[in-house]
Amino acid sequence: MSAEFSAKTYLREIQPPFCAGCGAFTVMNTFLRAVHEMGHQDLRKFVFCSGIGCSSWIPSPHFKADTLHVTHGRSIAAATGVKLMQPDLNVVVFGGDGDIVGIGLSHLIHAARRNLDITVVMVNNMIYGMTGGQVAPTTPSKTFTTTTPYGNFERPLDASRLVISAGACYVARWTTTHIAQLKESFKTAINTKGFAFIEVISQCPTAFGRRAGFKDAGEMIQWFKTSSITIEEASKLSEEELKDKIVVGEFVKKEAPSLTETVYAVLKEAQKE
Amino acid sequence: MFPMELCNFSQSYISNVAKLQPMLTSGTYFMQGSEALAEAALAAGLRFFAGYPITPASEIAEHLAKELPKAGGITIQMEDEIASVAALIGAAWTGAKVMTATSGPGFSLMQENIGLAFMTETPMVITDMQRAGPSTGQATKCGQGDVMQARWGTHGDYTSIALAPNSVQEMFDLTIRAFNLAEKYRTPVILLGDEIIAHMRESITIPPKDSIEIIDRKKPKQGDTMFFGGDEVPPMPSVGEGFNVTVTGSTHNEYGIRITSDPVGHRKLVERLVAKIQNNVDKIVEVETYNTENCKVGIVSFGCTSRAVYEAAELANKKGIKTGFARLKTLWPFPEKQVKALAETAKTIIVPEMNLRQVFFEVKRVAEGTAEIVPLNKIGGGEMITPEEILAKITKESE
Repeated sequence: MSAEFSAKTYLREIQPPFCAGCGAFTVMNTFLRAVHEMGHQDLRKFVFCSGIGCSSWIPSPHFKADTLHVTHGRSIAAATGVKLMQPDLNVVVFGGDGDIVGIGLSHLIHAARRNLDITVVMVNNMIYGMTGGQVAPTTPSKTFTTTTPYGNFERPLDASRLVISAGACYVARWTTTHIAQLKESFKTAINTKGFAFIEVISQCPTAFGRRAGFKDAGEMIQWFKTSSITIEEASKLSEEELKDKIVVGEFVKKEAPSLTETVYAVLKEAQKE
Repeated sequence: MFPMELCNFSQSYISNVAKLQPMLTSGTYFMQGSEALAEAALAAGLRFFAGYPITPASEIAEHLAKELPKAGGITIQMEDEIASVAALIGAAWTGAKVMTATSGPGFSLMQENIGLAFMTETPMVITDMQRAGPSTGQATKCGQGDVMQARWGTHGDYTSIALAPNSVQEMFDLTIRAFNLAEKYRTPVILLGDEIIAHMRESITIPPKDSIEIIDRKKPKQGDTMFFGGDEVPPMPSVGEGFNVTVTGSTHNEYGIRITSDPVGHRKLVERLVAKIQNNVDKIVEVETYNTENCKVGIVSFGCTSRAVYEAAELANKKGIKTGFARLKTLWPFPEKQVKALAETAKTIIVPEMNLRQVFFEVKRVAEGTAEIVPLNKIGGGEMITPEEILAKITKESE
C-alpha cells in the first residue's frame, strides 16, 4: 500500500445514478478500498462484467477499468469468455439479486459448478430497484412491492446456500453494515483460485424500504444491525428462531481445481498429440 | 488467480498459439459440410467456440472440440445458447476470433446477445444450420425458414450480414469470408446454412494457406480513446491492454459512456451501425449469376434449393426457354442491384425456397413491378424442391 486511499483514483468523474442512502455506494467504496489495500494502484489487472440493474452500474461506467456492461443476467456468461481467454486478469462480476439469481440464475449455478475462477458480487437489495420496485426472487415473504400489492406470496431464495451446493470455493455473506468484514472478503475472493461469491445485503430505501415499512435508509441499516447474526451464533438456533435473521459470515473457504486450470491442462494435452 | 507455471499466458501464449494454428494441408478432400465449416474457422484463426448441442449443427461443435485445442483455442459447451453468445462477446473482447453453431431454436435464444453484439460492435460468426420450424418443428429435416430471422431476429434497428453457402466447398469459403467480414466491419455475421449442406458430403479443395486472405480487426494506437465512433468502423481494443474500454449495450457515445436519453446521441450511434454495412453493400454482396442478360425466365434462389436450379435452368434452356438465375451467396444485405437487373431483363422471376415465402417478398420489393414474381415453395419432411418441379414452373410461366 503506497499512497493514501482515495476512491477517486479508481473512478471516472461521472455522477453515479444511485439514490441517496443506496447501499451501492458502500459496496463500491469498500471494494475499491480492498483493491487499494491489495496494492493495486489502478485497475489494470481487472476486468469487470455486469448486467442490468442498479448495482450493475457500480463498475460500469464508473471504474477506470475494462468493463463489459452486457444484457440482463448474462454477466457471468460473458465473464466465462473473458476469463477463459485471459486467465491472468482478475474477472469480477457485479450484479443485483434480480440479475444474478433471477434472470441469470442458471449461469451462476453453472459457473460455480465449473469452478470458473471469477468473483461474483451479488448486491442483494431484495427488489427490482431500477424498474421501480417489483418483487424479486429474494424478496421476503409477505413484503409489499409494486407487483405484490397484497404482500409477496412466494418464498425467497438463499443464494449463498445455493452457490455452496453448486461447488463454489469461497462464499461469504455480509450486510452493508459489515464494512471491515466485507473488505476482507473482497480480498479473499479475488485471491481465491476458483469460484468466489459474495452476497451483500444492501438497503434500497427508494424501491424496497418505502413500501416494506422503513422510513429511510437509516431504519434499514438498523434492521440489518439487529437481524444479522454470525454463522456460529446461527448454529445454536432452530430453524424457527432463524426465520427473520440474516446469517452472515464466511460459509465456505476451500480449494479445488479451477476451470482455467483444467481447461489449459487439456489444451496442453491436445497439443502433445 | 491462475497458477502461471501451467502455461505462459496472455500475449506470449497467444503469439505461441499463432504458430500452432493447424489447418489441413492444401489438397482435395471428401468431407461433410459441417467439417468444412469447422476447418475454415480454424484456418480463419478461430480461438474460442461456445455452443449448445442442437441438430443439425452439433457436428460443428464436435469437430471443434477435437481440433480447436490443438490450435490453442477453447471449445466450451455452455448451459444454453444465451450463455454461448454472451461468452463469445466476453472472449471477443480479449482479442479472440469467436464462433458458435446452432439451428433455428437455438438461433432464437441467441437473438438477445446477438443484439448486444450489434450494439457493442463485437465481431463474431454465428452459424445457423436451418431446419424445419417454427419451434422444435422437424429437428432432423431441412428448412430455409430463418431468412428473415437472420435479418430481423433481434429487436431494434441494425443491418445484418448473412451468407448462404450451397456446397461443402462454400461452407469452407464462405466461413472464411464470414470471419473476414465480421472483423472488417466489427459486427456479427451470420452463416445461414441448412441441414442438407451441413450434413452432405462432397469433395472440396482446400487452398494453400498463404493464398487465403485473412482479415483481422483494426487495433487502436496507444493513446486512442474512441472505440465506438469517430471512424465508420472504429478500432477495437482488447481487455487487459490498458485502454480502460467501456463496453455497453446501452446507447453510448464514442467513448463508450452511456447516454441513455439523449436523442442525438442515439441517432448518431445507431445510424452509424446501419451505415457501416449499407455504405459497403457493393463490397459485401456476392451473387452467382447465369444468363441474366438474355433470359425470359429468371430464378432467384439460395442455399440447398439453388442446387436444383442449376439443373432446371440447363434443362429449360435445352428446351428453348431462355432461363437465367441469380443465386444469392449473400442474403443480407439483400443483393438489390443484382436482383433488380434480373427483373429488368426477365419477364418472370421464380423464387423457389423451402419456406412459405420469405426471399419472395424481398424480390418483389426490389423488382417494383418490372417483372412478375412467382413463388415456388415446399416445406416439411426435408423434401427438397426438385429440378423437375422448377422446370415445370419455368415451362408453365413461359407459356
